[in-house]
Amino acid sequence: MSTITAAENASATTLRERKPAKGSRSSTTTALLMLLPAAVLLITFLLIPIGLTFGLAFTNARLISPRPAEFIGTDNFVRLFQDETFWKSLRNTIVFAVVIVPLQSACALGLALLVNVKMRGVNFFRTVYFLPVVTSMVVVSMLWLFMYQKNGLINEVLLKFGIVGPDWLGDPKTALLAIILMSAWQAMGFHMVIWLSGLQTIPADLYEAADLDGADRWQKFRYVTWPGLRATRTFILITITISAFALFTQVNIMTQGGPLDSTSTLVLMAVRTGFQQQQTGYASAISLAFFVLVLAVTLLNRYVTRDKDVVR
Amino acid sequence: MSATVTTGTEGLAHVAETAVPEQHRGGDRPHPARHALGLLLRIVLCLVFGLPLVFMVVSSFKPDLQIFDDLGSFKAFMPTGDISTANYTGVFGRVPFAQFMMNSVVITVVTVVLGIVVNSMAAFALSRIGFRGAGAVLGIILATLIVPFETLALPLLWWSNQLPFLGPDGISQGWLDTYQVQIIPFIANAFSIFLFYQYFDSIPKELDEAAKVDGAGWFRIYRSIVMPLSGPAIATVAILTFLPMWNQYLWPLMAVQTEELRPVMVGIDYFKQLNTSWGQIMAYATMITAPVLVLFVAFQRSFINSIASSGVKG
Repeated sequence: MSTITAAENASATTLRERKPAKGSRSSTTTALLMLLPAAVLLITFLLIPIGLTFGLAFTNARLISPRPAEFIGTDNFVRLFQDETFWKSLRNTIVFAVVIVPLQSACALGLALLVNVKMRGVNFFRTVYFLPVVTSMVVVSMLWLFMYQKNGLINEVLLKFGIVGPDWLGDPKTALLAIILMSAWQAMGFHMVIWLSGLQTIPADLYEAADLDGADRWQKFRYVTWPGLRATRTFILITITISAFALFTQVNIMTQGGPLDSTSTLVLMAVRTGFQQQQTGYASAISLAFFVLVLAVTLLNRYVTRDKDVVR
Repeated sequence: MSATVTTGTEGLAHVAETAVPEQHRGGDRPHPARHALGLLLRIVLCLVFGLPLVFMVVSSFKPDLQIFDDLGSFKAFMPTGDISTANYTGVFGRVPFAQFMMNSVVITVVTVVLGIVVNSMAAFALSRIGFRGAGAVLGIILATLIVPFETLALPLLWWSNQLPFLGPDGISQGWLDTYQVQIIPFIANAFSIFLFYQYFDSIPKELDEAAKVDGAGWFRIYRSIVMPLSGPAIATVAILTFLPMWNQYLWPLMAVQTEELRPVMVGIDYFKQLNTSWGQIMAYATMITAPVLVLFVAFQRSFINSIASSGVKG
């Protein structure tokens, strides 16, 4: 670190401006060479697949087939809109997002406020709340699949309180709810940390000023903390929504979309058709529908938050 | 520490450690009853987040019958009764677990190392050398951040099957069922480039000028000056690559069918289909979680900071 400080001191006397590098042609060559590996990889595994998602959706491409893919126009989309599983999957995906976004973000904010205090052992609490985040979703799904058994841990605990628990994953009425609760449990620590980093950006003197004005705890939250978290809020809403739309792992391990398609999701359906049934063209159409959903939410979110900027 | 250098990812370094003393300020200490209530709430939450994991580990050492017998009491969370490592031996007896583990380690380590090199070089070219159109390139890279991997997975699966590969046995067609299909598509990463870019931008440019006066070329500046100063950014990228790679499930589930090439997460799914012993499944789950937990405890600060820094992109 001393090197930097020395350099900083030295630079304090010179003007901080970016000079065009000398011999800029060779500089450009070096720059392009250093960019090359990433550029080739990003083009091959990101940009081309993005293009393919759009392109293949209008073909009858199959995953493994001797025949080349043929252009079939909007047939895949016509089929998609008549597919009952698609509407169920779309509905489940949206329900999942609509429930988990407020649930998870609010609880994560609560956790962040609880651990954002000077208190002995607060680091311990923070670590424990964060533990599920470093546990893989696959492991968490296995664990909860076990706990959600009809005679499993959760129902045994509920029984202690005199509640007869449902067959969580076996009943179409509770299966999606069970997956929502488990997913919120797993990811809450992640968003707690992001809320925390947002809380730390709020200047302490704002709280001091509020104290001087005799603000109570709720007023401090309402008029200092909440407005101070605006940027964090937007970020958290977008990330939770997008990862909620991408719901796949939990469902594939715990219910395979059942019972009666009550937990089928867009990504699960895309994997079913594109991988198990090898219909890449149709799966691309589903992926595109999924992407449109993500894009719509991102744009909507951006629009809503921009509006607020103007009002404030 | 100078202010310029601490911007970027390291600016959040204090997140893991200190907290704004929001409540206990100016002598208005909370009421003792409220304090006790708050503590109780925190402890209950600890149980909610911690106990399922304790249950997983404890169950992995018990025979199935006893696991179910213990469910009704606190014994479910305690290593009591018939404790043994029989479930662990059972896992090794049924599937090539060591091979799965090896595959995951190789895939993860190679992707993390190559990812750091490739993405930092790209960010260096964009941030510190610069060229005409660098801004546009960065713009395209950032724009792709909005596309979730799940959108691309199925077209990418089809595409991987079309790609040629120059291996030791000459040119072959189709990447499915290989190691490279689990590694190469994940090396270059738009978000890693962005994190490096942001960090490099905060290192004083005068260092480059001074090095150039001493006759150093751009690559030398990258290797000997900028990278050694970028420890926090490297740690962040390493962790944010490590976690999803180790946990990868969707992609290898589709792209790899051969048992010998399977990573651990797909392996457990397959293991469960062969098996109804919950004790053994919990043993498997414990073994694939333990390495991550050990790393997390050892590098807790870096882990939490990298998660926090993934929040600065908004």
